[in-house]
Amino acid sequence: MKIAVIKYNAGNIHSVRLALQRLNVEPVVTDDIETIESADKVIFPGVGEASSAMANIRQSGIASLIPRLTQPVLGICLGLQLMCRDSEENVSECLGIFNTAVRRFPPENKVPHMGWNRIYDLKGGLFKNIEEGEYVYFVHSYYGELDPLTTATTKYIIPFSAAMQRDNFFAVQFHPEKSGRVGEQILRNFLNL
Amino acid sequence: MLAKRIIPCLDVLNGQTVKGVNFINIREAGDPVELGAVYAQQGADELVYLDITASVEKRGTFAELVKKVARTLNIPFTVGGGIRNAEDVARLLDAGADKISINTAAVNNPELIGILANRFGSQCVVVAIDTKFSEKGDIVYIHGGRTPTKRITRVWAREVAERGAGEILLTSMDHDGTKNGFALDITRELAEGLPIPVIASGGAGTKDHFIDVFKKGKADAALAASVFHFGEIPIPELKQYLKQNDIEVRL
Repeated sequence: MKIAVIKYNAGNIHSVRLALQRLNVEPVVTDDIETIESADKVIFPGVGEASSAMANIRQSGIASLIPRLTQPVLGICLGLQLMCRDSEENVSECLGIFNTAVRRFPPENKVPHMGWNRIYDLKGGLFKNIEEGEYVYFVHSYYGELDPLTTATTKYIIPFSAAMQRDNFFAVQFHPEKSGRVGEQILRNFLNL
Repeated sequence: MLAKRIIPCLDVLNGQTVKGVNFINIREAGDPVELGAVYAQQGADELVYLDITASVEKRGTFAELVKKVARTLNIPFTVGGGIRNAEDVARLLDAGADKISINTAAVNNPELIGILANRFGSQCVVVAIDTKFSEKGDIVYIHGGRTPTKRITRVWAREVAERGAGEILLTSMDHDGTKNGFALDITRELAEGLPIPVIASGGAGTKDHFIDVFKKGKADAALAASVFHFGEIPIPELKQYLKQNDIEVRL
């Protein structure tokens, strides 16, 4: 099985690769369009700032590639946000895979939302064998709003999309690569889709 | 709800864990990678690795260690000790650390905080503050607690947050090593007053000290070393106890 991890100007790509290696999978970390297109599964990771990341993937052609992919795709953290419609982090147009807005947390509590929080209302194959209310690790200041495509919900200040799915497109706001055995199970579920 | 975090701290000297560890066998105890993996398995929420190697030439050993830790651990970890500039940070993040912690370098060059936050993101910039009570109030110390500064802890902490730090690791030198409990007043003042998380450190001796630091000190996370290393407080037992006392923790 060939797993492509999309390389662009965002952090955590390295830690996603290491997490896959712990599951005995050696991914290809690449920005090559053909390699990504021909992979069995694609992971779109990212930690960073949305507008510069969006500009970067537009320039490299990855922005027009991702919505065309037909194999299972997993967006992680910033990856999820870029797969939404638009973002309050200075992006008027994201990839639009999910017709959802990305907003900044209101400053009613500490921002970023950083640490371990629970996921609820779990739906779909990504959460096979994951119990309701399990803890996963989050680090983010922006969130995707709840939507009919939400497949996991977390509450911090307000309830938001911890995960979303449309057809072959999966996305999680938390970091499965840093979420202990629960995160490993979620990654394994993705690999087994 | 966001869980309160329990963070063991491992001091590393020339690539080996220091401070006696007697709850697992000696071979594993000296190996920072294996010890970290044991803590992660026990339910630690994050780890901090502090490089206390004195000589600059041997710092390469630490970066190699960070790579090994990153390959092994499936939870976040912070590294600190001797970081002076953005290049040091880039090297450690490239090696796989999730966050870096700066202390003396931030006091000597406060602009470094903003530089790091802009280049790498606030979420990976932890500023460690060593504080000690004096006639003038709580004062910041640097050089591993050897040198007093003129900075007032609460003023410095606010500046650090405004400059873009993602988190503050607050160590009370008065409490560190005493096992008489965390410094609740200064911890609460910062944890309630600042828009970023505060990790309390120094003074953990009993499970009730952790209850106090979360309930009274309002800390977002608690860091300790010896009570975990010596097996005095096993992490699973501590987290059960916190949960029984209505503190949100990840079990």
